[in-house]
Amino acid sequence: MQDDRPLAQRLHLDLSLLFGILVLAGVGFVVLYSAGGQDTDLLIRQGVRLLTALAVMFVVAMVPPRHLAYWAPWLYAAGLGLLFAVLFFGDVGKGAQRWLDLGILRFQPSEMVKITVPAMVAWYLAERSLPPRFGDIVVAGLIILVPTILIARQPDLGTALLVAVSGALVLLLAGISWRFVGMVSLLLAAFAPILWYLMHDYQQQRVLTFLNPESDPLGAGYHIIQSKIAIGSGGLYGKGWLNGTQSHLDFLPERSTDFVFAVYSEEFGLLGVLILLGLYLFVITRGLFMAFGAQETFGRLLGGGLTLTFFVYVFVNIGMVTGLLPVVGVPLPLLSYGGTSLVSLMAAFGILMSVHTHRRLLSG
Amino acid sequence: MTARRASKSHGFRRDLVMSALLGAAGLLIWRAAELTLAHKDFLQDQGDARYLRVISAPAHRGMILDRNGEPLAISTPLDSVWANPAELAANRQRWPALAKVLGLTSRDLARLLAGRMQREFVYLKRHVSPALAKAVQALEIPGVALQREYGRYYPTGEVTAHVVGLTNVDDAGQEGMELAFDDWLRGTPGAKRVIRDRFGRTVEDVESIRQSQPGRALHLSVDRRIQYLAYRELKAAVRRHRARSGSVVVLDVQSGEVLALVNRPSYNPNNRADRVSDRVRNRAATDVFEPGSTVKPFTVAAGLQSGSLSADAIVDTTPGLLRVGKHTVRDIRDYGVINVATIIQKSSNVGASRIALDLPREALWQTFADVGFGAVTGSEFPGEAAGSLSDFTAWGRIHRATLAYGYGLSVTSLQLARAYGVIAGDGRLRPITFLRQDQPVAGERVLSSATAKRVKAMLETVLVDGGTGVRGRVAGYRVAGKTGTVKKSVDGRYADDRYLAVFAGMAPVSDPRLVVVTVVDEPGGKEYYGGQVAAPLFAEVMTGALRMLGVSPDDFGGMGHRVALSANQRVASRDL
Repeated sequence: MQDDRPLAQRLHLDLSLLFGILVLAGVGFVVLYSAGGQDTDLLIRQGVRLLTALAVMFVVAMVPPRHLAYWAPWLYAAGLGLLFAVLFFGDVGKGAQRWLDLGILRFQPSEMVKITVPAMVAWYLAERSLPPRFGDIVVAGLIILVPTILIARQPDLGTALLVAVSGALVLLLAGISWRFVGMVSLLLAAFAPILWYLMHDYQQQRVLTFLNPESDPLGAGYHIIQSKIAIGSGGLYGKGWLNGTQSHLDFLPERSTDFVFAVYSEEFGLLGVLILLGLYLFVITRGLFMAFGAQETFGRLLGGGLTLTFFVYVFVNIGMVTGLLPVVGVPLPLLSYGGTSLVSLMAAFGILMSVHTHRRLLSG
Repeated sequence: MTARRASKSHGFRRDLVMSALLGAAGLLIWRAAELTLAHKDFLQDQGDARYLRVISAPAHRGMILDRNGEPLAISTPLDSVWANPAELAANRQRWPALAKVLGLTSRDLARLLAGRMQREFVYLKRHVSPALAKAVQALEIPGVALQREYGRYYPTGEVTAHVVGLTNVDDAGQEGMELAFDDWLRGTPGAKRVIRDRFGRTVEDVESIRQSQPGRALHLSVDRRIQYLAYRELKAAVRRHRARSGSVVVLDVQSGEVLALVNRPSYNPNNRADRVSDRVRNRAATDVFEPGSTVKPFTVAAGLQSGSLSADAIVDTTPGLLRVGKHTVRDIRDYGVINVATIIQKSSNVGASRIALDLPREALWQTFADVGFGAVTGSEFPGEAAGSLSDFTAWGRIHRATLAYGYGLSVTSLQLARAYGVIAGDGRLRPITFLRQDQPVAGERVLSSATAKRVKAMLETVLVDGGTGVRGRVAGYRVAGKTGTVKKSVDGRYADDRYLAVFAGMAPVSDPRLVVVTVVDEPGGKEYYGGQVAAPLFAEVMTGALRMLGVSPDDFGGMGHRVALSANQRVASRDL
């Protein structure tokens, strides 16, 4: 049988989305070269990771959404199992148990859960009538809550919240009533003091520091003050590539990972920031377009949830680096140096592509 | 209907999601604009304040050179290790490595930083070796950095320590010439703007705000060769006689320049641990003593100068003692009726007292004051003592009698040398200087030329056989000088077993070039007379110095040859 569809169609790729991803990754390499002190080894390592992640994306894109739906509960269960494993056997890195050593590679199960939780929620809700009834919402809430608590125990509050948000976004897209959303928000506000009580000292410190970074300029407030200085001193046009003083003189902490945005903005200025945000908005709107065009509820919910989660990442990271939000360890997608998060991110894009490119096959 | 409502709600929801998305993006853009546009200047200043630093550029301190341009003090660039305690505290796990490199224990390091956590700058170790500096740099510990400074090195060490003095670790003069001429030697530090990274390391020089002005070189009057010679001989003499201390001063008669000034004990200025005050003190300038018999020539000079004493006058010293009120002035033995020259040659206390008692009180005081006793020498040496010479209106007879042979006043070695310089220099008093003089110094006439000549001739008899200072002779040169064996005053009384051996002299007598004063404090052996302890030291130093300076010999017969001549005849014949 002669397949006359274009190559991209046959590979189940969405060229627009791929274009946006690759441009952002390219920007990432440019910034990383500067932030990492012009270390080419660093770029090579990141390149290998990107290729690995792209391969994962290609594979995931080939899998039809209904297969994904079939696997969702199993993968969710596996993710939970790994989270338990981390609690008992995990490696300690930077004061928290997040890593699982599988011999050949170390990886963070919490990254995998970022996909499996929304997938599980989408699978569960897709089987039921929408908008979901109260009982379904409670079940979905539990699906979200269990891994969230496990991750928070590692402790990794930032990732826990993001996992919770990724599940909640699916619920929101499924059409829960605004009254319910309002009630949950009120409840959370009421429980905030209790949450505060349950937080670790350093987590409390981060919130306090966020509220008043100048209170401890040499300690916890240092990160945020330095990154604001880096961004602000970039001005409208920036200092130019490789000319950022704050990052190159080691004043900016975590400059190739969580705070890479500050390096970018010191060197490329407000104009660069606008271009970067434009690129992210392009990827997100393309992602939402693809998700909302899906014919199956599962694909629509999951695709939309993942795209919005992507946006939340971008928003939380930039919000944190610019001092709008407290410091939580969220990398800037596609720009920050790092491995596991890149793979889960690309897997999410793979799901989006799968949802989008398999739809004609279903109808035809 | 439900489907339509659902789809309507669906569309509404989609719009809501999109607008929330755009709103959030707008928030980020607003925030970025706020930082980069509205707060830009403030944040840029803050950023600059973090890495642009104005640091002071140390100025090179001027060298100290001897009269021939040989270096006595040199400044060399050195590194000091400093830390920002708060940053260093954040890297506590690196402390043991740092302590090891610095040669400290971890506890020392912790103690150094404890209580200084609020500071931004704490020295860990000053003036380290280049190898150590490199090792510290290689550790790359945040909060630890090097600072370029200048350290002082003294190539001649303990030999010139007292004259040259020393600087402290901050390159400021603390003693000696380093202190006296600190303003001259010290440069003006410059200032420059540099880029520093978070670890305090200077990454780049941005601009020089003010160039540092190096200090000027200081040419001292001392001659390194004579200095070495005097130090070597003094050290040997102090050891040989098991003395407490000693000093030698070598003076150029025509200019008042100090050619050498040494003391024992001395110290190595390059070794901070060696800087104990007892050794650091420049005894020749700061310690006073009663000059004893070495003032007798000035007693005679006062007599000659006032006109009441003639050079060939005869003085009766029998029976070797003189009662003055309740006190008794004694000679070692009865010299009988002798002339003035013999009083000097034999060092007769009775003779000197008789001369003084025959003089108006102010005449003795005037001459003593004229030759510089009781006043600083003008050397500008920090902490120089003026000695004491009390006002003559308070003098009783016994006071005048003892002053005549050197008790009741106090002098420094430097003052004594200067006073002998008057006799050597044809009656002219010159200020003492440690700086090289390029022109001869005229000085001020305080004794008549005739008086100076006569006293000089009498002093020559001291070294002729029968005199007290024969061991001060120098082969090939005619030498004039005077011994002194001073009973030391301990707790207000004169001790019987503690002496100060002194010799002051000049050469060559025909045209004196040098005055040398040697002082040995509390010789411990059987020999303690100035003629036994200080005179040989004088001879060694004078011999070497005359040769080094290439002074023409003026004694072809040898002083010993003149034994046959009576001192009397020689003085008389000279006066003719």
